[in-house]
Amino acid sequence: MTTASTTSTTTLTTPSASVAPLLSITGLVRRFGGLTAVNGLSLSVGDGELVSVIGPNGAGKTTLFNLIAGLDTPDSGSVAFAGQDVTGFAAERLAGLGLARTFQHGRVFGNLSVLDNVLVGAHTRLRAVRPRPPLGLPLLGPLAELGLALFRPAAVRAEEERLRAEALAIIALFGDRLTPRLDKPAHSLSYANRRRVEIARALALKPRLLLLDEPTAGMNPTETAEMLEIIRGLKGRGLTILLIEHKLDLVMQLSDRVVVMDHGARIAEGLPSAVATDPAVIEAYLGHKAVGAANQDDAAAVVPVKRGIGE
Amino acid sequence: MFPTSFGPWLDYTINGLVIGNIYALLAVGLALIFGVSHLINFAHGSVYMVGAYIGWLGITKLNLPLPVTFAVVAVGCGLLGAVIERVGLRPLRNAPRIAPLLATIGLSVVLDQAAQLLFSPDPRALPTQLPNWRIAIGGGSIGALDLLIAGVGIGSAALLYGFLRFTRLGWAVRATALDRDAAQQCGVDVDKVNRTVFAIASALGGVSGLLVGMYYNTIDPNMGFQAGLKGIVAQLIGGVGNVPGAIAGSLLLGLIESYGIALFGTSYRNLFAFVALILILVLRPNGLFAKARRLPPEPLTGTFIAPSRPLVLPRWLIGVLIAAALALPFAVQQPYLLQTLGNAWLYALLALSLTLVAGTVGQVSLGHAGLLAIGAYASALLALDAGIPVLLAVPLAGVIAAALGTALVFPAFRLRGHYVSIATLAVGEIVTLVILNWESLTRGPIGVTGVPPLSVAGTPLVSGQWVYWIPLAVLLVFAGVQTRLLSSHLGRTLRAIREDDVAARSYGVDLNRYKGLAFAVAGFVAGVGGALMAHFYSYINHETFPAPVSMLALTMVILGGLGNVAGAVLGAVVLVGLPELFRAAAEYRMLIYGVVLLLLIRFRPQGLLGTV
Repeated sequence: MTTASTTSTTTLTTPSASVAPLLSITGLVRRFGGLTAVNGLSLSVGDGELVSVIGPNGAGKTTLFNLIAGLDTPDSGSVAFAGQDVTGFAAERLAGLGLARTFQHGRVFGNLSVLDNVLVGAHTRLRAVRPRPPLGLPLLGPLAELGLALFRPAAVRAEEERLRAEALAIIALFGDRLTPRLDKPAHSLSYANRRRVEIARALALKPRLLLLDEPTAGMNPTETAEMLEIIRGLKGRGLTILLIEHKLDLVMQLSDRVVVMDHGARIAEGLPSAVATDPAVIEAYLGHKAVGAANQDDAAAVVPVKRGIGE
Repeated sequence: MFPTSFGPWLDYTINGLVIGNIYALLAVGLALIFGVSHLINFAHGSVYMVGAYIGWLGITKLNLPLPVTFAVVAVGCGLLGAVIERVGLRPLRNAPRIAPLLATIGLSVVLDQAAQLLFSPDPRALPTQLPNWRIAIGGGSIGALDLLIAGVGIGSAALLYGFLRFTRLGWAVRATALDRDAAQQCGVDVDKVNRTVFAIASALGGVSGLLVGMYYNTIDPNMGFQAGLKGIVAQLIGGVGNVPGAIAGSLLLGLIESYGIALFGTSYRNLFAFVALILILVLRPNGLFAKARRLPPEPLTGTFIAPSRPLVLPRWLIGVLIAAALALPFAVQQPYLLQTLGNAWLYALLALSLTLVAGTVGQVSLGHAGLLAIGAYASALLALDAGIPVLLAVPLAGVIAAALGTALVFPAFRLRGHYVSIATLAVGEIVTLVILNWESLTRGPIGVTGVPPLSVAGTPLVSGQWVYWIPLAVLLVFAGVQTRLLSSHLGRTLRAIREDDVAARSYGVDLNRYKGLAFAVAGFVAGVGGALMAHFYSYINHETFPAPVSMLALTMVILGGLGNVAGAVLGAVVLVGLPELFRAAAEYRMLIYGVVLLLLIRFRPQGLLGTV
């Protein structure tokens, strides 16, 4: 495979090359039967960077997220997170390492209140009520947790109070969208509000890396603009974000770097402005004819890009 | 014990294939139904029983010729199948996937009980009119009935193949199985397809019941339960919804059972099937013939939690109710009433335990009576054989039930939706069968007699008031503990697992750890409940906690509202207390449970007090 070498050269030319990558993916492959959903993809995200993954429907973006977040395991290739090889780690373990994600179609806990949804997001941060057991006594941990949950010593109560206050602060980020609905079950919320709850839940994990899967899907222009400001705010606070998004103007405004996927492979990568005019990208989005048969130079330019990434 | 010559083994093989053929008639129907409606039909065993009884009527009462009897059975059961589709499946099309499954459980209880009321629970002989000859081959032999069963099996498989392959309706069935919505878009009448499939499957099931009745020359109203489970096991071995797989799985299951009986004895018979089921579910959840790595099948997910606003009882009202319950023995002195209510409190412990597992964590357990059995036997045997004081034996039994119950269900933690229910059902059956067969520990079928009563300082607490107060006190303590548990971080964590286990995992919730915690707490509560039952009843055997008790428990918690602590208590009082008080209804009690379960699922899935 030539993919790895191509990748590293591309990465070196990008502005973020000086930052040590928080997430780095090498030669990732995932096949479903005859379909190769992710095909030798490599990608890296530096600390504090906001990288967007765009591409037409079925390009393999969500499969990529599932592979990164541990809900699926790759057929080959590796994922490193915070300097550790995490290939094949289970989702719950990755969450413990500081990786939070939202889901494409929104997966809130329907019968839980908004506040409880966000508090579940803070699960990995529970310390007082989930003591680490001494090695060799794996059963002691859960039993201690049960006991502490029932008797609730001061430390446990204080922790719960602290997380509750923090959850309220996160919910307040969304203005008065969620605050008046704290005790409402999540299934009673509007679609846009459910997406907000999901992001609030992800923030409660205090993630080192946040994976956002189409956070503005199903939102109207006003709500999209609102979400853009929220994501910009998160970026401003130094949060590292990997974003899947279809709304290109949002991507162009927010991203430090854009990765374009098609048929499971990367077909372009670079600054938003450069990617937007890349003929390979235009072809992937609009089909071959849009590139214009008249403009033979452009059509020819597509070929080397595809070769560089292909088999 | 170990036949050495070849002849007996040939007989066992023939026997296994014959039994396998009968299972195949059931399993093929189940696979067809699963194919078009993604439903595991628990009423199928009851249809099989009805088939046997229709056949019995035809042969012994109406003296019909055998071919006519077969036709009558097929038509009668086919109609019954269409009714089951209409009542159990169609109204619940948009409900969570588990709802029609629970409805078919309710239907099966109703059918079994109706048969018991109509024909009495006693077994009846079903004489065969077939000539009584046997062909000897290689040391074994084949009789006319064996050939008939093989013929019916192969003949119906061929008919079915022809139907699915060459008729328009058959195409519609296959199209619906592949993609229901697409088939509907193309003008396929999906309701008609479902009805047809239920009718065909039920006709096959009924014929199977008749054949089994003739084979063993005995039928009884409860014969369907085990048989239906066997059909489900066979189908799972072959891969759900896979018709050829169901046939192969059935023959395999028949052979496993036949050889198993040859090696270990008849009383182990059902154990093989259920152990095979657990192994298949854990190792090859898609069946023996499935391709290697696939994404887990999704259509079975979804818990039976209807969105609702639970009715929150004000604190003062709860206080008043508790005080009234505690004071009741001062006002009412009839021992019978107190005993009945005491029994209701004991069952409320079971409901409390199940509502945590099935409601809060969303793991609909169908084998919960097994936990009662473990607790009861543990406490009785600790007190009798180990000489441990009863007051110590009861909590120890709770710990044993917690540990053993969790360990037994642990392999099923990775399963979802329907599969959890089937696995827990199998675990419940395994517990009963182990109790029956581990004679050196459990005294086998004789049961445990003379279980000592609870006593304090040498005074046995057996009078009416104590039979009432002790279970009530234990219940209040556990209900309080469970309420506190639900208000802690564990409450939201467990409910998050129920709502969306994938999202829960993505936020660091270790599913095994929390399912394990919930089952351990539930096991402790049910184990203590079972232990108290043992000490109050003074006699227990392997049939004290049969599968219907698990169904009763489920009805109680759905009636009260899944996950709802007060609801569990209310459900137990309504379903255990009230029918006892109206003694005339005692005979119809199980029938009432079945009807209540059906009505709840259809009209009020959130129960009386609402799901939490």
